[in-house]
Amino acid sequence: MAETTQIEEIKPPITDVGVIGWLRQHLFNGLFSSIATLLILGFLVRVIPQFIQWAFIDSVWFTSGQECHQAEGACWSVITQNIRFTIFGYFPYEHQWRPLVAMIILVGMLIYSREWDRWNKRLGYVWIFALFVMGLLMKGGLFGLVPVESTKWSGLPLTLLLSFFGILASYPLGVMLALGRQSQMPIIKSLCVVYIEMIRGVPLITMLFMSSVMFPLFLPEGVTIDKVLRAQAAIILFTAAYIAEVVRGGLQAMDRGQYEAAESLGLNYFQMMRMIILPQALKIVIPPTVGILISAFKDTSLVVIIALYDILNTTKSVLSEPEWTGFSTEAYIFIAMIFYVCCFSMSQYSRRIEKQLEYKHTPNQES
Amino acid sequence: MSTEQTSNQTPSAEGTPIIEIIEMHKWFDDFHVLKDINLEVRPQEKIVVCGPSGSGKSTMIRCINRLEEHQRGKIIVNGTELTRDLKNIERVRTEVGMVFQHFNLFPHLTILDNLTVGPIWVRKMPKKEAEELAMHYLEIVKIPEQAQKYPGQVSGGQQQRVAIARSLCMKPKIMLFDEPTSALDPEMIKEVLDVMVDLAREGMTMIVVSHEMGFAKEVADRVIFMDFGEIVEENEPFEFFDNPKHDRTKLFLSQIL
Repeated sequence: MAETTQIEEIKPPITDVGVIGWLRQHLFNGLFSSIATLLILGFLVRVIPQFIQWAFIDSVWFTSGQECHQAEGACWSVITQNIRFTIFGYFPYEHQWRPLVAMIILVGMLIYSREWDRWNKRLGYVWIFALFVMGLLMKGGLFGLVPVESTKWSGLPLTLLLSFFGILASYPLGVMLALGRQSQMPIIKSLCVVYIEMIRGVPLITMLFMSSVMFPLFLPEGVTIDKVLRAQAAIILFTAAYIAEVVRGGLQAMDRGQYEAAESLGLNYFQMMRMIILPQALKIVIPPTVGILISAFKDTSLVVIIALYDILNTTKSVLSEPEWTGFSTEAYIFIAMIFYVCCFSMSQYSRRIEKQLEYKHTPNQES
Repeated sequence: MSTEQTSNQTPSAEGTPIIEIIEMHKWFDDFHVLKDINLEVRPQEKIVVCGPSGSGKSTMIRCINRLEEHQRGKIIVNGTELTRDLKNIERVRTEVGMVFQHFNLFPHLTILDNLTVGPIWVRKMPKKEAEELAMHYLEIVKIPEQAQKYPGQVSGGQQQRVAIARSLCMKPKIMLFDEPTSALDPEMIKEVLDVMVDLAREGMTMIVVSHEMGFAKEVADRVIFMDFGEIVEENEPFEFFDNPKHDRTKLFLSQIL
């Protein structure tokens, strides 16, 4: 007891802890860092108040285009007044609740599926049912729902549709291509190599053009394939090639011993891939895979060039109306936010799943 | 694991060989890695293979379950000749268990799942039965309490014992060990060797690539010395270690002792 009172508790220097310590370490750590901090601070001080003035103080929110032109600040009215067209495009006005419900179902299902241990057979059936309901809502024609042509599908539902199915279908296709490229069978291997390299050597725009302009020329007369479907196919085929290369990287990162252990148990090729190799390889490549899926999501806006109206294109048509010309900054900020929310969610979603799939590595000492 | 055998029981001479390797050659590209290998292994026989690194000993046992392909000669395992025929290869692999230097457990599966994946998918065993079988073998290797952990959570010696149990769950007729203790910390070697000794006493047919002399003397019926892709010398363990015939064997033994 006596000893403890004798020992004086020595505290670290006041400049090393607390707010001052933090500032010193992170903002003024040396000459260069101090200058950078001051420059950035100066820049922010000039820019932020101006932006706030423009975006919030001088802005107008629910006015007509005429009043907007007189306003000093941002004209958010371009969004609020046209929100339904921007989001739903040419979908018949009185039926726009249908894509809305479909989108809510999609988002709800995605949120529910975010826990890895909920992924089982039952959830698979629920997904199939949900997809059926969403398709029905979009297309109609049953249960008293008025049929809506897929050419009228536009705006955010179209963006989500193209990217969701693009991702859903291109992932397994990409995995198969990656396995094919590693195959011992020369024909399968070269087919996969040729496919992957050809697709990767062509811009997505070209693929979309080919699917919408050239492809119909090869079809017999009278046969037409839905334009949305063709764009969808182009996106799937395109994304799959990129996924394939990423997955191949994961397969190559696998220890040879894993293959050998699986083989020596007598597992056949498909069992080995399904039970042993792919679960590990696909997990390794989650980060780059998500990178590809995010860029695939953003690339769906390229369907503009084959005259499909995704959310970017509906915004453009709003801006081309005389009443709303000149407010592209506001409109594009809004679109950017939508894209940002989607992409950021994808990234968070994948990190969550990645974390749940992490298996423990720390050796445990107790035994 | 039914009959109780006395240790070092000499296998019946008249038993037909369970493994026959006849004039087998193998090349890695141009490198002649195995030269004219001839080996017969009778049921319940225990063979220890040793030799300097690069001598082809691992390659030889990996040929027996076709992890490596031989280019000339014949390998017949339990009556099935190894050819390109995938069905034959898979049949042989279900009868031959293999334990690797680096364990090669499946890190994404629990220890229990590591053990049941073979029985469930290859033997088509119901899950419950496979789990009972797995627990039985985990008890034999003395770590039933680790069943729900992941391989990364247990020590190297325990991982290797899990690997042995994983092979045993397939009820193999032959067990191959490829330097099972050389990646282990010294204090863990014994626990793995103990399991292997038990296994040998139960009458398993074993081919072990190892330099563990004590183990060889305790359980082996024959020791084989390989160098430069050839079987140089073959003898009973005591004779082999105490009285090596060949110069290369003498040199090698002088280096490892």
